[in-house]
Amino acid sequence: MIKHESIETNAGLLIILTMIVISIGGLVEIVPLFYINTTVEKVEGVRPYSPLELRGRDIYQREGCYLCHSQMIRPFRDEWLRYGHYSLAAESKYDHPFQWGSKRTGPDLARVGGKYSNEWHVAHLLNPRSVVPQSIMPNYPWLLETDLDYSDIAERMRALKKTGVPYSETQEEYDRNVAEFGAEVADKLDILNAEENLMKQALDNDYDGQRSRVTEMDALVAYLQVLGTMVDFSKYNEGYFTEFR
Amino acid sequence: MSEEKAKTQGAVQTTGHAWDGDLQEFNNPLPAWWLWAFYGTVLFAVVYWIFYPAWPVGTGYTTGVMNDVTFVDSDGKKMTTHWNTRALLLKEMQEGEEAQLTRKYLDRIDKAGFAEILGDAELMAFTRSYAKGVFGDNCAPCHGAGGTGVIGLFPNLADDDWLWGGTPQDIHQTITHGRYGFMPAFGEALSDQQIDDVADYVLSLSGHDVDGAAAARGQQVFQTEVGGCYYCHTHAATGLKSQGSANLTDRIWTIADVPGARTAEARHAAVRRVIEKGVQRRMPAWSDRLDPAQIKLLTVYVHELGGGQ
Ligand code: HEC
Ligand code: HEC
Ligand code: HEC
Repeated sequence: MIKHESIETNAGLLIILTMIVISIGGLVEIVPLFYINTTVEKVEGVRPYSPLELRGRDIYQREGCYLCHSQMIRPFRDEWLRYGHYSLAAESKYDHPFQWGSKRTGPDLARVGGKYSNEWHVAHLLNPRSVVPQSIMPNYPWLLETDLDYSDIAERMRALKKTGVPYSETQEEYDRNVAEFGAEVADKLDILNAEENLMKQALDNDYDGQRSRVTEMDALVAYLQVLGTMVDFSKYNEGYFTEFR
Repeated sequence: MSEEKAKTQGAVQTTGHAWDGDLQEFNNPLPAWWLWAFYGTVLFAVVYWIFYPAWPVGTGYTTGVMNDVTFVDSDGKKMTTHWNTRALLLKEMQEGEEAQLTRKYLDRIDKAGFAEILGDAELMAFTRSYAKGVFGDNCAPCHGAGGTGVIGLFPNLADDDWLWGGTPQDIHQTITHGRYGFMPAFGEALSDQQIDDVADYVLSLSGHDVDGAAAARGQQVFQTEVGGCYYCHTHAATGLKSQGSANLTDRIWTIADVPGARTAEARHAAVRRVIEKGVQRRMPAWSDRLDPAQIKLLTVYVHELGGGQ
């Protein structure tokens, strides 16, 4: 039996024992979620981000948008009426790290995709007060001026692949993605064609309204426009989701 | 004070440790009320484990007893499940006091025609308060809280000038399916001189003072194949509802910031810029995001905002 006094007079031992006690609390809550069948809903449509959306997500994190915006609609009536269907665990299963958050200085963004036009997002990000006079969101003018650096996009995808996001490099992985997501999506998840796919999506959609350039604005708006749009809720009975709780 | 403290401290036991020779630690027991409150929370936890979902077991978990929630699923079937926030939400959306009150009105709105809603004072009072919230969450970021819009970007809904028509049916169509306002850029197709001329012509249509000779040349561009403006704006320049093309004969402007221009040159430049660069504006479709009754309410609300047709 370790004596009270020997713990209190031995800082190293005290730290280790404190960490053990605290982690028990965390482990008891977290570990079972990996084993419980109903943690992540089985739904169609959720896919990893395309290379351009992924760069947009990185910029979202770099700019600290998460400090004011959550991406988690909770199952309450007022949130449903304002933001739409509550978020599913499945919808962030490829997010590393997830952007749930709890700080809402601005509105939740989990379903902002498709809500506004690209032009609105560009005007709003350049100067939020140009469209929402009472807004307190900061201006992000450099997004439109800075060319997107995508030279390391393949590395970024490889890093996520290590955490379990199914980006593909081998034929076998590609075939698996075709089976799971269909050929069109599988092409976008191919690391070897990441740069071309990124350029193509940016030029085809011209999110920032500057046809000749691919800027950080293109990437960020592409990301915002896909948020919360992957699951088609009209295909599911609401009762189905209660089975996962 | 300090004397008194020293006295009471003398009565308290120490933990028996001594550091640096004389540093001691008092052993003050917790007050009884605190201790009992603590035991109470432990007891509460045990009761909670029994009645609510709590302990993981293998690939599932204990769901608790006597906590059934019954709600109606999307197919209209009754479903009963153990206590969980998702089922509770559905139940609240169906049976909650607020929800039922709203539902009562929404059902009536669903069945009523536009004329009926507009003529019913009670439904209109509901519409104004309910639709205001929906408008604030979804439409105000573009059209502004009062619907007055941002010139050049998002049209004013609070005037009685409509690009796509101001009848309830037109507005309903606009909100449900969205709109794409498109005018080609003429910067390449027309010469600088032609653009200047046609800008003067456009300004003359709404009674602005312009160089008469230039406007006459501009009229040729506007009304013939040279510019082909009449094709979308009509020969009378009053605009076509099917194209969402602006009426150029009134003093209401949606893209060119003519009202904000102080001088004749600035007015000319504002109109010129639209013709040179063209317009591409998108109003999103709302049929996936809002339910039919909400769209109907918004239609009536917007119609009333703008003194619709
Ligand atoms: C200081 C806090 C703050 C930061 C940081 C911030 N925002 Fe906002 N954001 C707001 C507020 C407040 C609003 C609501 C007013 C408005 O629409 O501007 C808002 C609104 C929005 C909206 C519209 C949401 C809706 O449904 O109407 C989007 C999209 C958005 N922000 C994106 C971003 C992005 C992207 C970033 C990072 C580049 C960011 N915000 C950073 C505070 C912030
Ligand atoms: C992303 C910005 C955006 C949002 C959000 C938005 N609108 Fe619009 N709206 C537009 C634009 C842009 C137009 C003009 C389209 C064009 O150029 O023809 C428009 C046009 C309209 C018109 C037609 C006006 C006319 O003169 O015919 C109506 C009505 C309208 N919006 C209602 C709404 C309602 C109701 C909502 C909320 C459910 C809404 N809008 C949300 C951008 C938006
Ligand atoms: C393909 C159809 C089309 C053609 C051709 C066209 N326009 Fe337009 N024009 C539009 C539409 C649609 C709008 C309104 C855009 C919107 O609201 O999004 C518009 C808007 C305008 C405006 C802005 C009005 C305002 O209220 O701010 C001006 C000025 C104008 N047009 C002038 C012209 C002239 C001059 C020509 C010929 C050189 C021309 N247009 C040819 C479709 C067209």
